[in-house]
Amino acid sequence: MRIVQAPKAQESLELNWPLVADFLTRFIREELAWRGYEKAIVAVSGGVDSATTLALAVRALGRKQVHALFLPHRDSSPLSREHAYLVAETFGVDLEEVDITPMVEGYAAMTPDLTPHRKGNLMARARMMVLFDKSQAYQALPLGTGNKTERLFGYYTWHGDDTPPVNPLGDLYKTQVWRLAEYLGVPEPVVKKPPTADLVPGQTDEADLGVRYLRADVILEHYLKGYPDAYIESLGYTQEEIGRVKERVNRTHWKRALPTVALLSSTAIGEFYLRPLDYRP
Amino acid sequence: MIRHAILQFRPEKARVKENLARLAERLEALRPHAPEVVVLPEAALTGYFLQGGVRELALTRHELLELLSGVHRAVGWEGLLDVVVGFYERDEGAYYNSAAYLELPHRVVHVHRKVFLPTYGVFDEERYLARGRQVEAFNTRFGRVAILICEDFWHSITAAIAALDGAEAIYVPAASPARGFQGERPENVERWRTLARAVAAEHGVYVVLSSLVGFEGGKGMSGGSLAVGPEGRILAEAPLFEEAALLFDLDPGRIPPVRYDSPLLSDLEAALPLLLPDLERVLGKERG
Repeated sequence: MRIVQAPKAQESLELNWPLVADFLTRFIREELAWRGYEKAIVAVSGGVDSATTLALAVRALGRKQVHALFLPHRDSSPLSREHAYLVAETFGVDLEEVDITPMVEGYAAMTPDLTPHRKGNLMARARMMVLFDKSQAYQALPLGTGNKTERLFGYYTWHGDDTPPVNPLGDLYKTQVWRLAEYLGVPEPVVKKPPTADLVPGQTDEADLGVRYLRADVILEHYLKGYPDAYIESLGYTQEEIGRVKERVNRTHWKRALPTVALLSSTAIGEFYLRPLDYRP
Repeated sequence: MIRHAILQFRPEKARVKENLARLAERLEALRPHAPEVVVLPEAALTGYFLQGGVRELALTRHELLELLSGVHRAVGWEGLLDVVVGFYERDEGAYYNSAAYLELPHRVVHVHRKVFLPTYGVFDEERYLARGRQVEAFNTRFGRVAILICEDFWHSITAAIAALDGAEAIYVPAASPARGFQGERPENVERWRTLARAVAAEHGVYVVLSSLVGFEGGKGMSGGSLAVGPEGRILAEAPLFEEAALLFDLDPGRIPPVRYDSPLLSDLEAALPLLLPDLERVLGKERG
């Protein structure tokens, strides 16, 4: 008699990438269309998330309908510039460069106690200001580039890099973005390099977060789907890793929400008065 | 043979007038194919996710008939046209997720009110809508049929009731956000295919699924509408995510031989009374 043992149940992060790409392409087209936009604008950092977003936007709208911005600060890594241009060239989009150094340093000069962390946030918000101004100038809707892992970790500048109204990657973990990027033809050096916010010289995401994305994403997926810690541990993850991941998620729920409003009436917006964002009779 | 067109429709959110105009265009395109029954998805005239907007956009069944008779007139359709259409219904101060079977331009043949209102995860229907309380088959000029709306159909007991009540076709207007992208198709689409085939084969009925398309605030309605024959075979399948019309002939003559070879419905009819005490027992246990 053959005895067949079922493998241990485990959630898979591997997706049908052609289907995902098709879905996200349609998403970009339709979410722009009802807002009255035919063009998109993407801030390209040289990293894999913005490269993947640019690739999807070009698929959805055609390269002439996509504006790409590169927004360096003088402290940004030279590799970021090299990769931003490589990505723009790969997808056939002109890259407009706006140096945010004068904006950031203008405030920094007035603020002697500015820490590197605060300055990093300032850079993210300066980029947001330029992105939205260029959006208006070109009548092109900003596309967000934040992935699900960084959203769950709150690993971004609030009202900085999370501001674009349409975000195709926000329900894909970082490791899934890597796989989608490969499918879409994002250049290998961009996909393979260690991810960095590049706000402080030498910074990497995984050093900041204290956990590898490859491990964090599996923990997150099982945690969100209700598997207990002991089960996740049995898949080969340490208590410390699981604890760190859960703590980051649970410290940052506020960051994934709109500002808190004091509720006084039975017509409070978003509490009692509920309409979907695309509601326009 | 009854010529059917499943119209996998993409409405503009909350814009009833524009959607009626769009429907008129689609009917114009279908006219050369001479469908006798056109099947539209759930919430076809408004889009699915309305939240409190239901109160502003719900129609009475007579208003619905008037609007769709207007479309029938506007396109100059010759003769009767039967339409199955999902809509938000207003009646006596209550609101329902309903689907009507209309014989245009003259009459409302039947209205089904969704019984199973999904209120979990991305869904929030019971917050805004009242629950229907009935599943029943009804007669049309072509035969006896039933309507089940979306989650209604995910509970196999509803189709069993419809089939026992004499339905030979089950129309299923649906709105199903795509999710689960691991496989060849999204998981929800796989689920629909499995269910539609299983229900059709179990009861020897046609299953006619009309599934909404279009993005609603990031949620992409999947489409993948289906016509399934009484053997459980897929007769026609619409593409994912985009508008399409699916033409097929519903042949009531296939049903008797299929049921003769696979008499599960008559088995159910005979044996179900034996199980009713068990049903009462388990429901009583839940209440107790």
